[in-house]
Amino acid sequence: MSFADAAPRLSPRARRRRILRRRFLRRPFAVIGLVVAVAFVLGAILAPVVAPYSAAATDFNSVLGHSSGKHLLGTDELGRDVFSRIVWGARASIEAGVFSVLIAMAFAVPVGVVAGYYRGWPDTVIARATDVLLAFPFLILAIGLSAILGPSLTNAMLALGFGVAPQLIRVARGEALALREEDYVRAAIANGAGDIRIMARHVIPNMIPTLIVQATVAIPAAIIGEAVLSFLGLGVQPPTPSWGVMLADAQSYLTQAPRLAIYPGVAIFLCSLSFNLLGDGLRDVLDPRTTR
Amino acid sequence: MSAVEATLEVVDLVKHFPVRGVGARQVVHAVDGVSFSIAPGELLGLVGESGSGKSTVANCVLRLLEPTSGSLKLKGREIAHLSRREMRPLRRELHMVFQDPYSSLDPRMSCGQIVAEPLAVQRLLPRREIDRKVDELFDQVGLRAELRHRYPHELSGGQRQRVGLARALSVSPTLLVADEPVSALDVSVQASILNLLRDLQEELGFSCLFITHDLATVEYLCDRVAVMYLGKIVELAATAELFAAPKHPYTQALLSAAAVPDPEVQRSRTRVVLEGDIPSPIDPPSGCRFRTRCPLEPRSAPASHETEPPLLDVGGGHHVACHLVAAGEAPTVADTAAAAS
Amino acid sequence: MSALAETAAGPLLAVEDLSVRFDTDDGSVHAVDRLSFELGAGEVLAVVGESGCGKSVSFMSLLRLLPETAVVTGRAQFGGTDLLAAPLSRLRRIRGREIAFVFQEPMTSLNPSFTIGNQVGEVLRRHLGLSRAEARRRTIELLDLVRIPAPERRVREYPHQLSGGMRQRVMIAMALACDPKILIADEPTTALDVTIQAGILDLMRDIRERLGTSIVLITHNLGVVADLADRVIVMYAGRKAEEAPVHDLFARPQHPYTIGLLGAVPRPGAGAQRLREIPGRVPSLAELPAACAFAPRCPRADDLTRSQVPELREVAPGHRVACFHPGPEADA
Repeated sequence: MSFADAAPRLSPRARRRRILRRRFLRRPFAVIGLVVAVAFVLGAILAPVVAPYSAAATDFNSVLGHSSGKHLLGTDELGRDVFSRIVWGARASIEAGVFSVLIAMAFAVPVGVVAGYYRGWPDTVIARATDVLLAFPFLILAIGLSAILGPSLTNAMLALGFGVAPQLIRVARGEALALREEDYVRAAIANGAGDIRIMARHVIPNMIPTLIVQATVAIPAAIIGEAVLSFLGLGVQPPTPSWGVMLADAQSYLTQAPRLAIYPGVAIFLCSLSFNLLGDGLRDVLDPRTTR
Repeated sequence: MSAVEATLEVVDLVKHFPVRGVGARQVVHAVDGVSFSIAPGELLGLVGESGSGKSTVANCVLRLLEPTSGSLKLKGREIAHLSRREMRPLRRELHMVFQDPYSSLDPRMSCGQIVAEPLAVQRLLPRREIDRKVDELFDQVGLRAELRHRYPHELSGGQRQRVGLARALSVSPTLLVADEPVSALDVSVQASILNLLRDLQEELGFSCLFITHDLATVEYLCDRVAVMYLGKIVELAATAELFAAPKHPYTQALLSAAAVPDPEVQRSRTRVVLEGDIPSPIDPPSGCRFRTRCPLEPRSAPASHETEPPLLDVGGGHHVACHLVAAGEAPTVADTAAAAS
Repeated sequence: MSALAETAAGPLLAVEDLSVRFDTDDGSVHAVDRLSFELGAGEVLAVVGESGCGKSVSFMSLLRLLPETAVVTGRAQFGGTDLLAAPLSRLRRIRGREIAFVFQEPMTSLNPSFTIGNQVGEVLRRHLGLSRAEARRRTIELLDLVRIPAPERRVREYPHQLSGGMRQRVMIAMALACDPKILIADEPTTALDVTIQAGILDLMRDIRERLGTSIVLITHNLGVVADLADRVIVMYAGRKAEEAPVHDLFARPQHPYTIGLLGAVPRPGAGAQRLREIPGRVPSLAELPAACAFAPRCPRADDLTRSQVPELREVAPGHRVACFHPGPEADA
């Protein structure tokens, strides 16, 4: 590898961004994932604009209606427009999905870094505790905590965060373990830098790409988790729409109108898949060994 | 020892690493009783192959590791068992240049920030002055000032190594530890870094512990040389003397094995090829550690199996740890070993 | 000592105008530009250069070991086959069997999950169709050939139980398993200790003498070249700079880059004579300069060298230089 002697036309940061952008664009699935995920997020944010009806608007004249000009996806058992509820429901899913992961990271990253950096007994305690939590399926943890905290969207977010955290702790710990051995960390120690400074300036910034990827992979899990919690009545409470709630409601009408279950189901599927594809693509693109 | 205080004095340095295994607790005898000193402004070369313990010595001297036992005196002050906090002010006196120009610089910091970091951490200069000092350092190591805004991955290996040097010299250390600073670089780049190191040392007068496996580099750069094998020093002498008249069989074998870039010379020398592998530092041979590969072993047995040869001064500051030398002989590996086929 | 470069039947390997280009995210990289050379039977050819000069890439391209992004052009005549145009099936029969490769990192080139005997035996069974028992016997023979002590015991051991030097010998044994005509060794001793290196070099010399295998030695270590090579090719920025018999090259280097390279290596006994530095840096391989690639760093550069690509010219028997101003140093 050689480098041009003359100053490049683009700043070094911009060049790297361009390379990463091109690599990303070469992966059709990742691009699809990005587009669909963004569509969901925008839909959630712009719900008042996108949804033709409010989530609670009932119309007892057209109960369980099929798709029509007035109702894109038909109506449910209370005459509410299914399409609008899907759109409004995206809010709960995206909110719960994204925020729970952010909460988890805020907690998991420092804990993981401390464990990986110091090793010794803090690591033993943290690692074992994390291992115990990892033995439980993520949903069990989330459901358990949610049941204790009580049903609400906020509590659902906390519970999902708690469910996602152990995996993030493990990742952060692994990265810290590896980064700690890097020569530039030893150089910083030789400089006389304190531990906090080293962790903040050298360890954490160098694990950001990995954390980004982990987040985009954790989000779909949280989205599905939210749906499950709402389905069980532990998350969002009616009449606030959520895809999980819609699924729960659709149970009674499964034979008459299976579409009431299919639409929210497909929404959950597409939304989490898109984040998944996006995460996979990002992981590939950010891997230093990738050449194309 | 002269009246001037040594910059670094190492006495009986020992570093063992526990091996986590099933059954008996095993130990890696990385460094097993090493003693040497470095005078102010002196360049001491530490030569050895893998398992010799030379990098561990470097890490102990820099207090990146705590020695298992032994004394480390920096300018007269004992540092072997100081805590991190107590070491911090002393870090100004010591610094290190690493082998790998790729991993020794934080990829997320600009080169200017990297060079400034020791100054910032040690709080030696106010902010404004730091910038000026960084410019000065870049100039000293032969880098264009505008490179301070670039990131390590945009620089070549040689340039990165210069950045590493600038960082190490920023605090004006009394002792610079260079652990294989040119091994990972191309030949022509090696030359410029070695020259740079030599020039800077002349200009700034720091002492240097130079660790390498490359004998030719040591001959070019260092005043004195210590040869290590399996955690112990086997020979220590002034450079010219070591290369002209090596006394320890291992040193002789090492010099013989290093290929000379001159086909006339290389193909007509008698070469010694040692049999066998370097033994594991977990279970070093009893007595003289080199005896399993020493072509002269039949002559030194049984003493070499039972007792470790002490490092003795055989005249003029030339130290050798060999039973045969201690007994007054002048062993030469070349006549006994099979000449290269 | 040096074998004839050409037997009555012609050279063993004749490469003509080999060029390799990589199409990456960042644009194209011209790793090798119109390299031509010949390799005779029983000859040791050293290919010397610093990182990025294209020495490894050239030989990997001959066996199509490069990633998909590589575009390879030119001809490589080996026996009756043009390696660069041959179908993959033919190439697979040549790889490991007639032309064998030994890589730099013995630590990672061996599969840690299989025994030595299994791995060497696999080569024998696949290429020569030997039965398990025959393969085992031949494996022990090979391990003995590469001077591994107690080979019957070693066949049952795993790579991690062997030292670096031993592993490299195993790699060489695998390469020799099918008695190849050419052994390409890419930095075979770089990752090894000095005293172990000497042993491997001796081994390679032995192989050449006993088996008559041609060896291509890719390295940046001039000492190794001085020890083993018959002829040397010096590469710079993907092009051949100089080519000569080994004694000639060291005694009378003609290309300024070769002169600089030889001056940059500390020599035992040279005392404190200042090492020679080559100013500047290896040029970017993103564009092929329409001039001498070394010009920006050359003390002999002038308008001519900055505007035209120098072609190879013979300055002494067997000694060719790609330079407009070849010649020894003005001030020795």
